[in-house]
Amino acid sequence: MSEVKYSKEHEWIKLEGDTATIGITKHATEMLGDIVFTELPEKGSNVEKDGTAGVVESTKAASDVYTPVSGEVVDTNQAIVDDPSKINQDPENTAWFFKLKIKDKSEMDSLMNKDEYDKFAKESSS
Amino acid sequence: METKKTPLYQLHQDSNAKFVEFAGYQMPIQYSDGIVEEHKFTRKHSGIFDVSHMGQLFIYGDGDLVNDLEKIFPLDLKNLKLNHSKYSFLMSDAAGIHDDLIITKIENGFLVILNAACKENDFKILSKLLNNKYEMVLDEKKSLIAIQGPKSVEILNDVIKGVEDLNFMTGNWFLFNDEKIYITRSGYTGEDGFEISVANELADNFTRKLIDKGAKLIGLGARDTLRLEAGLCLYGHELDKDKTPVEANLKWAISKDRISKGDFIGSDIIIKQLTNGVQKVRVGIKPEGRVIAREKTKIFNQANLHIGEITSGTFGPSVNGPVAMGYVENEFSKKDTKVFLEVRGKKHPANICGLPFYKKNYVKGAN
Repeated sequence: MSEVKYSKEHEWIKLEGDTATIGITKHATEMLGDIVFTELPEKGSNVEKDGTAGVVESTKAASDVYTPVSGEVVDTNQAIVDDPSKINQDPENTAWFFKLKIKDKSEMDSLMNKDEYDKFAKESSS
Repeated sequence: METKKTPLYQLHQDSNAKFVEFAGYQMPIQYSDGIVEEHKFTRKHSGIFDVSHMGQLFIYGDGDLVNDLEKIFPLDLKNLKLNHSKYSFLMSDAAGIHDDLIITKIENGFLVILNAACKENDFKILSKLLNNKYEMVLDEKKSLIAIQGPKSVEILNDVIKGVEDLNFMTGNWFLFNDEKIYITRSGYTGEDGFEISVANELADNFTRKLIDKGAKLIGLGARDTLRLEAGLCLYGHELDKDKTPVEANLKWAISKDRISKGDFIGSDIIIKQLTNGVQKVRVGIKPEGRVIAREKTKIFNQANLHIGEITSGTFGPSVNGPVAMGYVENEFSKKDTKVFLEVRGKKHPANICGLPFYKKNYVKGAN
């Protein structure tokens, strides 16, 4: 069974085997507003836990996207680069950002589960 | 200092506005539809903008007033007809821009619409320049509401009969609930529209009537994307004390007759720049890809020399791509000149382009 966890930087991460799919949360898209530009990491590059791994821009401002775990980028979602508004429409499903082959599953341990994240998101936005 | 609220604050709250502080006021940046939808709605239908934070300065006086104002503004004010408006600026001796503004000839004087962040300072500068000879009122008892977009004329005319007869950049008095209100056909979105100066206590009721007729409230976020697509300057970005109207590519707004006389504040510099040219000039910039170059982004030429900076940059919803304005060295200001914008350490290709990015739909004559 796959498991979805959440970071304090408002990314979600879904682990299947040793492949992690990463995107930004619905809460993040609501804070950002209309997303109009996306930059993703290069396929084949390595990203480090809590390092920047992309950019999203709304009409108002640019924000970095961080990776909650380390790994090698094995796939990126070109559909959200071509049409960034897809991120606002379906952030936690079809509008994923990148897939990683992860090195160390224990990096997932410090991340939040859904209930913890929902509580965190509610507190951080009030 | 406590932030001020406009008379439409309650209405903004009722309409789920997200607020930001702007020039000391709590202003709506967007509503639940978001900036892109609000922008598109204005272009296609009709958007309402609360611009009550802007200054409404009434200056009353006799024949001397027009002579004194001509020493300040580079306009042919003697020939400005009653209820006609002109775009202009308040300049320093060095022709730096203190503010950009709209001046309208009214009975017994002039109405000047000023930027919110500049209005108090403008008032001080103008009082001093006019030696307190005239009655000057920075009217806080009136709200200013703009309605913009192709359906605006129909909607406003349903509420206020007769506004459809106004020509672009003219105004007149109308009646709303038996109160006199002043309406001009103008705006800052690149669309046909109106600006309505209405008593604070009537503003909420008036605006709700426009909403009932199908117009929607639009926040400052979309106001910015609309004006940028229309190639219009925003004070504090394209314009400031260190830039002149010639550098800002606004020489169309300076009366030729007044330049030949050279008798207004800053005219020495303006004439010098018109004769000898300027070092830097405002241009439109269109990135080739989707990357957005924000304010302060550095501009490079093909030889990798730093030639300028972006002053405003965003995503243009109607253009469906990034748009920007900025200043570049004059020799690189020609249309289609290839430049590079440094965003997050990478240089992205872009081209100098003509303005506006989005074609205007102003109504010239009513018939």
